[in-house]
Amino acid sequence: MTLKKLLLTASAGLLPVLLSAQALDPSVLTKPLGSTDAWPTYSGDYSGKRFSSLKQINQTNVKNLTLSWVGKVTPGAGGGGGRAGFGGSPVIIGGEGTADPNAGGGFGGAANIRASILQVGGVLYLSLPDNAWAVDARDGHEIWHYFWKTKGGTHIGNRGLGMWNNYVYMETPDDYIVCLDAATGKEKWHKEIANFNQQYFSTMSPIVIGNHILTGTGNDLDEPGYIQSLDPETGEVQWRFYTVPMKKGDPGVETWGSLDGAKHGAGNVWIPGSYDPETKLYIVGTGNPSPAYTNPQSRDGDNLYTCSIVAVNVETGKMAWYYQLNPHDTHDWDSTETPILFDGDFKGKQRKMVAHADRNGYFYVLDRLTGEHLLTSKFSDAANWAKEVNAKGQTIRDPKKDSIVPGALVSPNNGGATNWPPPAFSPNTGLFYVPTNEAYAMYYLTETDPRGAMGLGGKDETGLGSLGSYLTAIDYKTGKTVWKHRYPGLGGNVGNGILATAGGLVFAGDAGGNLVAYNDATGKILWHSHIGNVSNAPETYTLDGKQYILVAAGDTMFTFCLY
Amino acid sequence: MRKAITTGFLIFSALTCLWGQALPGAGPGRAGRGGGGAAAFPQRPPGDPAVAARGRAQYGIHCNFCHGSDARGGEGGPNLLRSDIVLNDQKGEGIAPIVRAGRGEMPSLQLTNEQIADIAAFIHSFPVNNRDPARFAPPTILVGNAAAGEAYFKSTCVGCHSVTGDLKGLATRYVDPKALQNYWLMPAGGGRGAVAPAHLKPVTVTVGQAPASPTTGRLVRIDDFVVTLALPNGAQQTFRRDGEIPRVVINDPMQAHKQLLPEYRDEDIHNLTAYLVTVK
Repeated sequence: MTLKKLLLTASAGLLPVLLSAQALDPSVLTKPLGSTDAWPTYSGDYSGKRFSSLKQINQTNVKNLTLSWVGKVTPGAGGGGGRAGFGGSPVIIGGEGTADPNAGGGFGGAANIRASILQVGGVLYLSLPDNAWAVDARDGHEIWHYFWKTKGGTHIGNRGLGMWNNYVYMETPDDYIVCLDAATGKEKWHKEIANFNQQYFSTMSPIVIGNHILTGTGNDLDEPGYIQSLDPETGEVQWRFYTVPMKKGDPGVETWGSLDGAKHGAGNVWIPGSYDPETKLYIVGTGNPSPAYTNPQSRDGDNLYTCSIVAVNVETGKMAWYYQLNPHDTHDWDSTETPILFDGDFKGKQRKMVAHADRNGYFYVLDRLTGEHLLTSKFSDAANWAKEVNAKGQTIRDPKKDSIVPGALVSPNNGGATNWPPPAFSPNTGLFYVPTNEAYAMYYLTETDPRGAMGLGGKDETGLGSLGSYLTAIDYKTGKTVWKHRYPGLGGNVGNGILATAGGLVFAGDAGGNLVAYNDATGKILWHSHIGNVSNAPETYTLDGKQYILVAAGDTMFTFCLY
Repeated sequence: MRKAITTGFLIFSALTCLWGQALPGAGPGRAGRGGGGAAAFPQRPPGDPAVAARGRAQYGIHCNFCHGSDARGGEGGPNLLRSDIVLNDQKGEGIAPIVRAGRGEMPSLQLTNEQIADIAAFIHSFPVNNRDPARFAPPTILVGNAAAGEAYFKSTCVGCHSVTGDLKGLATRYVDPKALQNYWLMPAGGGRGAVAPAHLKPVTVTVGQAPASPTTGRLVRIDDFVVTLALPNGAQQTFRRDGEIPRVVINDPMQAHKQLLPEYRDEDIHNLTAYLVTVK
């Protein structure tokens, strides 16, 4: 193995660090997706676009796209190596809990790779709740497998790993961040990032920016959300930014009925934000206020900074600006969906922008230097909960569409018009691609005590079905839907994440178990492969000069290329 | 055919009877409300705390997200504490078939008998006759005007339905107004994978058109590339799809109900329910 010495100017200690050939060169993280061979962070690059400049695979030749390899992961410590061509590497076991190491892969017992998968130096790094793997990107052979014995917590998913030099980071459902040696999978350290007894659970993909590891957490009780920055070498906390006011006099406290309401107001951050290296702003969407469905006096007001896009200086942890999309949300519609950063013309003026398609069915464009509102539009035809879009472009709820005792017919349903599956943006088409669902539900209030419920309690929701689920392409300049492809059939779900490429292609899993390539300008289908229920967003990278498409379905990874 | 219809009706009646028993509010469960006296229901004896603790950990992993940390319902999942299945369950034997098979939007969970028993012990550790008045569902969802509901019925529903025909006895079959309202809004149910009541017609699909003879059957699955239908003899047939060829026409018996979803005012819904509860 070739080792090279590299002086890391970004490292706080300015110490020389030995890096293996497979270590992540920090400069790669600041480059646009496709300009290097890697997929080094959650969205492929900091912009959140999930747009690759690679075009070896394009509209003309995608019809010849073919399978390269299939690889299956087996979570737990049961020694699953050897299946589906994997070599049997010993499982490295860590963790503070008492969970049976032979237990299955988390939520529902079934392994479902929802994570973004990193590709650095010919190695894939992927995760399931409590499990991390390094896999050879050339054939899917397992290099190492790390298993975390959990204390419990919601195992809804793990959004992926973060990488800094030769360290890999994973959040665990029981609220630790674990630092692993990228070459061996051996644990370097782990640190608690949230209080398990307060019912936090941690799923977010850690985001590495300079010498900061940014973490986020989820919580379905009433605990406050925060972004935390950790030292990559030690895990020590550098700063913590709360998304709700935590003490008297904090800005935004006047938008709550009480300080206690604010401190128990949630706004959790469980999907990574995007990052603008020019301004050093980490731009992220915040979760819903809590209690989610009821209106106790303690929640009177707009509930800052829930359901907002906030821009936080990555060096200081101070908020530079915020824009609240959805004041006083009452439907558990987090605004955590990935904000996408891009530059372009807006009404004749060159702008640096951020765009976001929300669980609530609306699409928003802001100036990302200032937070100035530029555009709001509705991308879900069915959405019926808003009374108006106000002068600031905010969507204002109709209180009649809250959960009410006799039942209110509302779209979207709780799952939302869209949700965590990542959207994409192509600078070539100017289109924002987002999976959408037009589902309706009856929202019944069951908690009539004015104190309200806790967390997600207090309502009973009856789904009434969907008018369709779609891949929707929105023109950022007008907010209008340019095309939308309806997935055939009668069901509806929030769909799968999306990849766009300079080959004029959009890749996404459909509702029928196919990975599909579409013409990015028209939505015309150009290629597909039936691989089972796609569970994450497709990715692309270069290996040995060849462009690959990588996607997961359940416990299995599939890679495709042109021969 | 007559026999088939009769059998279908009997199954439907049996189902609605079961549902009738399960309806919240039908029993004497409110007796303890606001009172300082004895609980309306005997509480389960306290179980082994170690078992409940194991169940709590398993519940946290598999159930918490949808059903809430207090089992009173969460992200999409219903309240478990007042579920008839949970109320009748002793040691997980009642909930196990649903846990394993899934239900509606609930995925199937591959858990062992021991794990399910532990989860059951945890759920059963909650007091179910909670006297916190905040925890009682409102007494009724009925707020509508029955006369206005009748007028709405005559203007919107009579094309397909009659209160002396297909809907005769509706409110006897659905004694809880909320269950009745959910039923008439979407009789086939709305969740992904929801199973329609037996009396409803299935979704069918017709593939192909003249001059080739079209094939019709129950829709099994469809995407942009294939469509599979089940023929009357039970055999499945799959057709490749390429854009508009062959022609595929789906016949969804719920289409009229779906088309109304964007049209309803909530007042219409509440009024129509107030009317339909009188259709005994």
